[in-house]
Amino acid sequence: MTKKKFDLYDVMCMRLMILPFIAAMVLKILYTPASEGIQISGALVYWTIDMPLQPLYISEAQVNSVAVVLFVLGLALFLTHGLTVKPESKRQIIAEMIVEKVEGLVDENMGERFHEYGPLIAAVLAISGVSSLSSLLGLFPPTADVNIIAGWSIMVFALITYYKFKGGALNYVKGYFEPIPVFAPLNVISEFATPVSMTFRHFGNVLSGVVISVLLSTALGGLSNLIFGWIPVVGSFPILRIGIPAIFSLYFDIFSGLIQAFIFAMLTMLNISNGFPEEAYALRMQKRAIRAQKKKEREELAAKIQ
Amino acid sequence: MELAIGILLAGCAIGAGLALIAGIGPGIGEGYAVGQALSAIGRQPECKGSVTTTMIMGCAIAETTGIYGLVIGILLIFVAPNIFVNILLNAIK
Repeated sequence: MTKKKFDLYDVMCMRLMILPFIAAMVLKILYTPASEGIQISGALVYWTIDMPLQPLYISEAQVNSVAVVLFVLGLALFLTHGLTVKPESKRQIIAEMIVEKVEGLVDENMGERFHEYGPLIAAVLAISGVSSLSSLLGLFPPTADVNIIAGWSIMVFALITYYKFKGGALNYVKGYFEPIPVFAPLNVISEFATPVSMTFRHFGNVLSGVVISVLLSTALGGLSNLIFGWIPVVGSFPILRIGIPAIFSLYFDIFSGLIQAFIFAMLTMLNISNGFPEEAYALRMQKRAIRAQKKKEREELAAKIQ
Repeated sequence: MELAIGILLAGCAIGAGLALIAGIGPGIGEGYAVGQALSAIGRQPECKGSVTTTMIMGCAIAETTGIYGLVIGILLIFVAPNIFVNILLNAIK
């Protein structure tokens, strides 16, 4: 195995991965208002663009989510650079492992007929995971903003509805009037409950992690002031705030964020494949085969007549 | 005036406390799920991996209702008082 050297392309990919995060951190430092103590607030608003109906706020969450997308893009470009038929480099082995795992997950949960959904699920996993992990850098995680997750959920909702229509428009409309027509409003509500519950599950988990970390570090600052406050020089410095929050961030930032990314991807897969079940797919394939058969027969007949 | 704002803040705090009662259900449910998973692992130790993965998935989904309560509690403590006090002040003007 020959060791590959970094060339210019790899260096550019690495820069694409790292520079957006540095830019986001610099913006955060510049725009954070100077204040005593710790405040719990939503995302900071960086710029405001005047629009006809309502001003458009470019907030921290949007800037950070663009940084996350650029990071994932850079990582994908870096991992897939210089692919060979026989894997020679470590990064190719890692890239192949990721692709195989995701495709295995998709095949296992959605069935073979949704095989092409691997990239979407991989993108959801990567962007959600990296967003939640970006709070380790001190940034506001984009997943703690309800707007970002709501966008993803609406995308998933559109996909679910599309696949339900694909299973037959008549069946889709009939599904609202079951078991009796009186239940129609309830069925409509339960239809819209899917994206809402997906949004609030992910958003609430990450937001609670953010709030609890801030409360914990405030409490530790007060506690260290209480215990070590009488020491002349050291006392003014919150000693207990070093290291202890990291143990809690192991759960709240890393474990909880990654589990929620996995669950969001899992629910996406299950909802999409439930909207278009195996039987509907088989029926569709059967109809298509019959149509192709009839067309072939007609063409043969036409050829015979000629 | 002060009395009105005081009642408002007290209402927000009591509401946040009541919202967190939603944590009871997920607690019981997750405990039950983990207990069942442990007994399953005890019966068949060889399928520990898949049982653990499924259990963590199920626990995270069962957490949802508790998280709803938590979100409402956080909103009532950190977001709602400002908005309500502003509404009150505007109404008095």
